[in-house]
Amino acid sequence: MTPNPTTNAPAIAVNDLTVAYREKPVLWDIDLQIQPGTLMGIVGPNGAGKSTLVKAILGLVKPAAGDVRIFGKPYHEQRQLVGYVPQRGSVDWDFPTSVLDVVMMGLYGKLGWGRRPGKRERALALDSLEKVGMASFASRQISQLSGGQQQRAFLARAIVQDAAIYLMDEPFVGVDATTEQAILTLLRELQHVGKTVLVVHHDLETVSEAFDEIAILNVELIAYGAMHATFTAENLRRAYGSRIMARLSMLEPASEVAPASA
Amino acid sequence: MELDSSLTIILVCSLVAVSGAVLGTFLVLRRMAMLSDAISHSIVFGIAAGFLVFRSLDTVPMLISSGLTGLLTVMLTELVFKTRLVKEDAAVGLVFPALFSLGVVLITRYASDIHIDIDAALVGEVIWTPFDTITLGAWEISRALVTMAILTTINLAFIVIFYKELKLATFDAALAAALGFAPGIIHYALMGLLSVTAVGAFDAVGAILFIGFVIVPPAAAYLLTERLSPMIVVAAIIGVVGSVVGYQIALVIDASVSGCMVMTLGAIFLLTLIFAPNRGLLAGWRRRRRQKWEFAVQLLTMHLLTHEGQPEEGIESSVRALPEHLNWGADFTGQIVARARASGWIAQDGDRLRLTDGGRATARSLRMGAA
Amino acid sequence: MELGELLRQLVFDYTLRTIVLGCALLGIANGALGAFALLRRQSLIGDSLSHAALPGVCIAFLLAGETKNPLILLIGAAISGWLGSVLAAVITQNTRIKDDAAQGIVLATFFGTGYVLLSLIQSSAGAGQAGLDKYLFGSAASLIERDVQTIAVLSIVALSVLGWFYKEFKLLAFDGEFLASLGFPRRRLELLLTSLTVIVVVVGLQIVGVILMVAMLIAPAAAARQWTNRLSAMIGISMFVGAAAGVIGAVVSALEANTPTGPAIVLALTAMVIFSFAFGAERGLVWNALRARRNRRTALAHGSDAPVYAAGD
Repeated sequence: MTPNPTTNAPAIAVNDLTVAYREKPVLWDIDLQIQPGTLMGIVGPNGAGKSTLVKAILGLVKPAAGDVRIFGKPYHEQRQLVGYVPQRGSVDWDFPTSVLDVVMMGLYGKLGWGRRPGKRERALALDSLEKVGMASFASRQISQLSGGQQQRAFLARAIVQDAAIYLMDEPFVGVDATTEQAILTLLRELQHVGKTVLVVHHDLETVSEAFDEIAILNVELIAYGAMHATFTAENLRRAYGSRIMARLSMLEPASEVAPASA
Repeated sequence: MELDSSLTIILVCSLVAVSGAVLGTFLVLRRMAMLSDAISHSIVFGIAAGFLVFRSLDTVPMLISSGLTGLLTVMLTELVFKTRLVKEDAAVGLVFPALFSLGVVLITRYASDIHIDIDAALVGEVIWTPFDTITLGAWEISRALVTMAILTTINLAFIVIFYKELKLATFDAALAAALGFAPGIIHYALMGLLSVTAVGAFDAVGAILFIGFVIVPPAAAYLLTERLSPMIVVAAIIGVVGSVVGYQIALVIDASVSGCMVMTLGAIFLLTLIFAPNRGLLAGWRRRRRQKWEFAVQLLTMHLLTHEGQPEEGIESSVRALPEHLNWGADFTGQIVARARASGWIAQDGDRLRLTDGGRATARSLRMGAA
Repeated sequence: MELGELLRQLVFDYTLRTIVLGCALLGIANGALGAFALLRRQSLIGDSLSHAALPGVCIAFLLAGETKNPLILLIGAAISGWLGSVLAAVITQNTRIKDDAAQGIVLATFFGTGYVLLSLIQSSAGAGQAGLDKYLFGSAASLIERDVQTIAVLSIVALSVLGWFYKEFKLLAFDGEFLASLGFPRRRLELLLTSLTVIVVVVGLQIVGVILMVAMLIAPAAAARQWTNRLSAMIGISMFVGAAAGVIGAVVSALEANTPTGPAIVLALTAMVIFSFAFGAERGLVWNALRARRNRRTALAHGSDAPVYAAGD
């Protein structure tokens, strides 16, 4: 079981985080405090640095300034508390391996060097696949999966770690309706048991239903907080420019209230 | 009458260099450098098959069979890739060794009585070229020189005549197709010319070292120019310089001429890699270092702006606390603060830093620029 | 030569036995590492490493004098090949020159430099080619027992390291970023994998030669891939294919005059690759074509509400 972090520190604390690529800013002076149990979506235009923010939290990119704390401590001391779901397109799905194998990879960190996955790991992995509705696909070759199934396999790989915090990069891109529903359900379940979930989301039209809180990013952090207070026309305009309002004609500024969370 | 042998050698190699540079520029830009590697090796199959079909090792049959082999290599590679059972890089690495092996076996089994020197084909030795002559009128001219002169003329003509199409096909294949230029045909024409030139060149430098002339000068030129025509010209110049200088070195140290030429090209490339004005390593390091300071100063002003007027301003603008907040070393912080003050963007008041009006304006414009 | 005679020779003829053993071991080691090169889209690394090894061999020879210890030359080859891969990486990561051109630059310039050194060693322009033969085409015929011992030791070391870090390498090949997020040192593991590849390439040079090394590295893996969808099985089959081709090539080369080892092995590999592409149990084209036809017939026979794909497709 994941040890319950006994601290009042926020689940994720990002302080003055600045990330540059070849001396151009990708993220600038980000300050973000996320309390445990939050279900937050991150939105922003292309190139806004959303993926970079997630990678910086995971210690995958080196910041030019600032730092990130997980429950008050640096990330590398708290790895076992964080589960990561990368973008689906970041791997070649033609790789010779089964769905179960991929999920077991999530446990490699816990196994450490030199130990092979065994019966216990298989059981945990199968369990995880159950939770995403993919148990019957366990021995399926991953190249035979649809986009939605691939996404769920990645999710299973993350939740098998039984982490306290989950970071996901655009998990809803290109998935079918069944998968979308399955992921939404899963996110709610995770939140119910007290997990903190941070999701980079690509679709402004669905973000208000899926998440309780939102962070709007465009190199700088435009705004973050509770959904209906933060997901306003003004903030969106600051992030995306004024043309976005024409595209989102269904959106009523500030009066649009997210349906009561399930 | 005959040409001085030194002159012959230099001329032959310069022609190889020019041909290589001219064709190689497009290969490098189209990310097909390794195809030149593949074609150069599978030439051996061309020699074997050509000999078995034409029963002759004369230049023209060899050129024909090698040209076809080059095209065969490219087509087979694409065929293998199209099965989707392996990726592009693997397709290349599967096809040319097969053709090469087939060629070697054919030669050693069915043509062993004829002197086909595979080593020479692959590595070449230009020392001998002045002495293998044909007669043209009153002149005894090296065969290789005549061949390369003709081939280089054809290559240059191709590039000049189809320059527009090549340029478009290289940088925007989709547009080229839409406009009716067939990028596929251009592609195969390029490969065909490359194969034929490789055979012409192997008398002088051998097939493996021919790759050096095809890839290295254009790569160096790529670091020195920003547009296509200059790149071709610079590549050709580098190639010629490399071959001339390399030849001199080979004479001095008494080593393989073609090897010395490619080695010289390598040295030229290395110098270019390090010292190229904009794109070289040194220039890159200097630029990044300068930008690191500029960036950090900008960051400091933005940081102060963000927290200005906020409750936490006291903490966030304290000099002592800055290193911890921004995760900078204490020395680095001190230097950045000094620079920011020198630029007139901040003022220091004991431990507190304050933005000047100029600093605030700068920070604001940075913020708007980012969004 | 008939089978009985052949087998007897294999057992009792020292030379043939040595050669066959060396080639088999080579095939095994390359088969294993080649699987990772193939999956990581680094197939051509075998080509550039093999060409880049030449100057190292020459320098090692010059420094070591007449000791003829095969290990010294191998170390020289390894260092040189490794430097080549580092240079290619530096070029790719710091300039606009792409990976294929970077590898080509390393390949040609290192090989050219090596050839200059070789010609200096042979101290006459023409003779340079005679010594080069061995490295261009490979020559298993000159293998002696000490060579095979060296090959065996290096192969065992490489395979052991591979086995010890198997799961890390597997994840590295599939999703390096995720591996890093779990806390594993990604760059160092990549370095380790490249180093192991350098070892097996260098070991193979004397047997298959510079030009064909690339096929020795990836053809067994390419063939194996078509028979299975599990990495462990793929590596196993790849090792088997490598060994089989090595043995076949070695035997054919020893028995037939004028057939150098390298080409013989590669032709055997090519045949196996073609066969695997056509008839491989998992991905073979013939089976795919048959399956597609069967599905079409099913769809036509049952009309629009029939499942179009058989379960598992």
